[in-house]
Amino acid sequence: MGVFRVLFKPFGQTTGLARWLLISGLLLTAMFVTFALFAPWIAPYGFAEEVPKKVAPPGDGFLMGTNDLWYDVWSRVVWGSRTAIEVVILAVILGLLVGVPMGLVSGYVGGWLDRILVLIMDALFAFPPLLLAIVFAFLFRDLIGGGVMAVALALAVIYVPQYFRVVRNTTLSAREATYVEAARAIGAPGHTIMGRYLFSNVIQSVPVIGTLNAADAIGTLAALGFIGLGIQPTDAAEWGFDLQRALDDTEAGLWWTGVFPGLAIVLLVTGLTLVGEGLNETINPTLRKRRLRRFALPPRRPAVEEEAAR
Amino acid sequence: MPTKPEIQGTAHAPKHRAPDEVLVSMQDVEVYFQLRGGSMARLLGMDTGSVRAVDGISLDLRKGEVLGLVGESGSGKTTLGRALLGLVAATGGEIRYAGQDITKLSTRHLRRLRGDLQMVFQDPSAALNPSMTIETAVGHPLKIHGLASGEELHRRVADALERVGLSPPERFMFKYPGDLSGGQKQRAVLARAVILDPVLLVADEPVSMLDMSVRAKILQLMLDLKRDLDLTYVYITHDLASAKFFCDRVAIMYLGRVVEVGRTEEIFADPKHPYTRSLLKAIPEPDPEKALPRDLPRGEIPDAASPPLGCAFHPRCPEAFDMCGWERRDLRALIEAHWTRHEALDFETERGTIANLDDLDEPSHEAVVAAGRSSSPVDVEDLLHRIREEDADEPLWRGVEDMTLTDGGVRVRFHDGADPRLRPAGGVEVACHLYPEVEPAAGEGPAS
Amino acid sequence: MNDRMEPVVSVRDLRVWYGTERGAVRAVDGVSFDLLPGETLGLVGESGCGKSTLGRGLLGMLPEGAQTDGEIRFKGENLRTVSRSRLRDMRGPELGMIFQEPLTRLNPLMRISEHFEEALRAHTPGISKDTVERAALEVLGLMGIPPTRYRSYPHEFSGGMRQRLMIGLALVFRPAFVVADEPTTALDVLVEAQIIRILHDLRREFDTSLLLITHNLGIIAEACDRVAVMYAGKIVEVGEARQVFRDPQHPYTRELLRSTISLSTTGLNYIPGAPPDLTDPPPGCHFHPRCPDAMRVCEELDPIDQELSGGQRVECWLHGPDHLIGVDGRDRLRVREELSVADEA
Ligand SMILES: Nc1ncnc2c1ncn2[C@@H]1O[C@H](COP(=O)(O)OP(=O)(O)O)[C@@H](O)[C@H]1O
Ligand SMILES: Nc1ncnc2c1ncn2[C@@H]1O[C@H](COP(=O)(O)OP(=O)(O)O)[C@@H](O)[C@H]1O
Ligand code: SF4
Ligand SMILES: [Mg+2]
Ligand SMILES: [Mg+2]
Repeated sequence: MGVFRVLFKPFGQTTGLARWLLISGLLLTAMFVTFALFAPWIAPYGFAEEVPKKVAPPGDGFLMGTNDLWYDVWSRVVWGSRTAIEVVILAVILGLLVGVPMGLVSGYVGGWLDRILVLIMDALFAFPPLLLAIVFAFLFRDLIGGGVMAVALALAVIYVPQYFRVVRNTTLSAREATYVEAARAIGAPGHTIMGRYLFSNVIQSVPVIGTLNAADAIGTLAALGFIGLGIQPTDAAEWGFDLQRALDDTEAGLWWTGVFPGLAIVLLVTGLTLVGEGLNETINPTLRKRRLRRFALPPRRPAVEEEAAR
Repeated sequence: MPTKPEIQGTAHAPKHRAPDEVLVSMQDVEVYFQLRGGSMARLLGMDTGSVRAVDGISLDLRKGEVLGLVGESGSGKTTLGRALLGLVAATGGEIRYAGQDITKLSTRHLRRLRGDLQMVFQDPSAALNPSMTIETAVGHPLKIHGLASGEELHRRVADALERVGLSPPERFMFKYPGDLSGGQKQRAVLARAVILDPVLLVADEPVSMLDMSVRAKILQLMLDLKRDLDLTYVYITHDLASAKFFCDRVAIMYLGRVVEVGRTEEIFADPKHPYTRSLLKAIPEPDPEKALPRDLPRGEIPDAASPPLGCAFHPRCPEAFDMCGWERRDLRALIEAHWTRHEALDFETERGTIANLDDLDEPSHEAVVAAGRSSSPVDVEDLLHRIREEDADEPLWRGVEDMTLTDGGVRVRFHDGADPRLRPAGGVEVACHLYPEVEPAAGEGPAS
Repeated sequence: MNDRMEPVVSVRDLRVWYGTERGAVRAVDGVSFDLLPGETLGLVGESGCGKSTLGRGLLGMLPEGAQTDGEIRFKGENLRTVSRSRLRDMRGPELGMIFQEPLTRLNPLMRISEHFEEALRAHTPGISKDTVERAALEVLGLMGIPPTRYRSYPHEFSGGMRQRLMIGLALVFRPAFVVADEPTTALDVLVEAQIIRILHDLRREFDTSLLLITHNLGIIAEACDRVAVMYAGKIVEVGEARQVFRDPQHPYTRELLRSTISLSTTGLNYIPGAPPDLTDPPPGCHFHPRCPDAMRVCEELDPIDQELSGGQRVECWLHGPDHLIGVDGRDRLRVREELSVADEA
């Protein structure tokens, strides 16, 4: 219960600019989530379903035209949302599941365990994320094939250190809080202290990192697809892959095969970033400024004596 | 005059003869914290020194009494309280409770003792998990120890809340700490502390963070709880006035030591240690007829990482004398105090007489005051003489064994002094050289 | 003794309200008082009664958006309406403020000497280092800070020393009016006593008028000439400290004194309930729900400022005016509903 309260509180607390960032971001994101959820009904064709026309321009039965693989671009965009959202959710959840508990334990237990984990995580963090994603995409492709899961895992690896760092650092300071000592004083064992006292208080910045990572994941996913390490086109529709296919088309003056997948990437990344920044404004106390409401001071009330005289 | 409705708490007499059964016995308890030092020092494996938060305390806690630990902040009260509950590991000595030495128990064994030994914290806003409802927080001890669940748990939490005055309980159970006022939070903390039916409650400044109009209410509640639940209290405070009202016995602490301990009435009627006397005199009383005395101790509580030699209170003590452990750093303070009293112009002319005051920062019974570049050892001697003439009564001079001219300046040697141990003096125990270590046969007054 | 002296500060009907989501907070709601030259006026009351707001309001240091009304007359000017730049010029040479947390007000990267130089240069451009040093060392001497520490950094000082530094920085200009907001609350008894001594000696050394905000009645008794008791945004009683302590006229003052735990305490007393939410204070006398003496008139009409003998002023219906209290106005309020701890502060 407490956890959800902590996680969702900032959504309700936003005001002013932060609120607008949050709302516009949520609207954009919601659009793509709708595409993802209702793809079979929204998209006129399947993601790998060939249509009668090759490279037809937009209009004339094909909202965004068709491409050289005999695919309907609009359908690819809609099905691509499903892939993107699936991968992102999986990647973020996997990253959270590993990073948060690790950070919590590392920060609470301390000692050599902490030192080793910090060393590993810092090493991972030092690599350029895309490089890391490429390496792990290779690795997981060999292990479990080039599906959604493999890419999600590769992405999760690059986000784990971020959750780890944030959670570990907040745990380090929360560990000294009086309520943790109070928990020890009532005889709570270590796992209870971590689970019931620290956990809900150290995950406050997780929603922000989560959404920002999600935005980042969209980009990285597309990048992987672009260089051919992403999801196989027969497994699912993927914007990065389409973008890469469209590269040759631009020279031939075919703009629609590239613009629409590209636009989808930009919009979803923007939406998620806006949500993240909106939340950040609210959660981060240094960015937040308590503002007083404007109002007019009412005229002074006449003293009782004057009142009585009337 | 209309009669008063029942707004004030029933005057409760907390003072009753405590039975003498010893509940907890502390012997030479020490808690030293290792100082971290800079990264360089750590790398080189240097000894970075330690803070002696609790420095050899022996006290007995009797069943059913209220023992006060009183002193300024930094005197080690909280640390001693935490050590009592095994929340911080004592680095020396022993704490005996129920046939066991708490300092030697494993974490698992300690956890089992939590039911008996409980704590109330200074800041009620920090003592409750901000994302736990009051019901969960107060009931958590029962749950952790597997003593109740479900309906039974709910009922016992309601009882506990009712007991601490948070009634009707339904009104508070589902709230978060952030929704409660300071006093209400402290009540919830008390409810959590008593729900396991403890024997001993260590209350660390339970009212100091509360608004003055709530303090009396919480103290009254604590008295009621003590009566109803047969509790023993360790009441930690820096406020002598509340200690006087609340405690059966008080231990006055200074820099990790107990400097005076005894029955409350005796200590307040006839405070023996100069520190206790100063504390008592310094309390601003809400009575305009009483004015603060001028002879208050100077300075502030020194750094526990490098406490004064001899009696730790001597640099501030208005009654100190030759035995008390005078040293280099006191000489520095004296010279600085002299300049503080004088016009800025005098300081400008005199500051060159002495080479470097920072040389006087290490603890030692001997000091060499080096002459400045443009002055001679004789100038330094003159300066010291002038300072002495200004205030011949300054106790430091009583500690000076001799002053000799050397090549570069003046060497001042102090008596070795001694660290006063706790000794009986007229019904209480005091750690001060004013009282002879062995009680004289015919009750003589303090030797001074 | 000071009967014919011109007041330094003269406040009339001052109101300071904050606009919040819950509505307007009437933090200061119609306050009037005078402060004579060299006089120390203590301001007491439970927390949340508007003491800090009043203190900051007097010096124009309120947060953006606070609404004010009324008059703060200081040396012929109305501080409430003067321009921001004029106020800035006056802060320092004419007006000073001392806060509870000295460390947060000192720049950790600046030596004490630099603090003094910066402060003095802002108002006297081109003042020489030597002049600053001389002025600073003199005031530091009065605060008991050795001149050898002049070039130290704030973190090298103990808590009590830092507070003295703050006081020294405020007083180096010898301002005519200083507000000190809980200056000793974070300090230990002995250090607190030292600071009270310094504040007590202020009037002799500097001829400064001081508004000393505190919740500690002992400090008022020790350091103040007069005392003003504040409750729920209003000053309910003001008078000579001795007089007010000996014979408090407002029930709130009396109960406050009774609930203070001092060395002579033999029983615990307290005021039930808590100060009201200032967005919606109770009608009539704001204290009536907690007042043991409350009468019918108290919950209906705002009490009126009454002057008693000796210059003491009280806002309480117990002191009339009789002609405004209706026939059954003096009836005691029906037994007040039990104020449970649910409403405690
Ligand atoms: N965890 C700790 N690590 C290092 N030093 C500590 C720690 N806790 C307390 N101290 C030091 O021990 C001394 C006593 O502190 P404390 O017990 O909190 O005193 P009090 O409660 O009387 O104010 C102080 O000098 C403090 O700085
Ligand atoms: N910046 C602010 N914005 C909104 N309300 C405030 C602000 N500062 C103080 N208040 C409210 O004004 C009232 C008086 O506060 P304050 O002046 O700090 O009282 P005191 O100093 O007596 O404790 C309180 O109810 C407080 O919540
Ligand atoms: S006006 Fe009435 S309620 Fe207010 S303090 Fe006086 S007697 Fe009490
Ligand atoms: Mg403490
Ligand atoms: Mg305040």
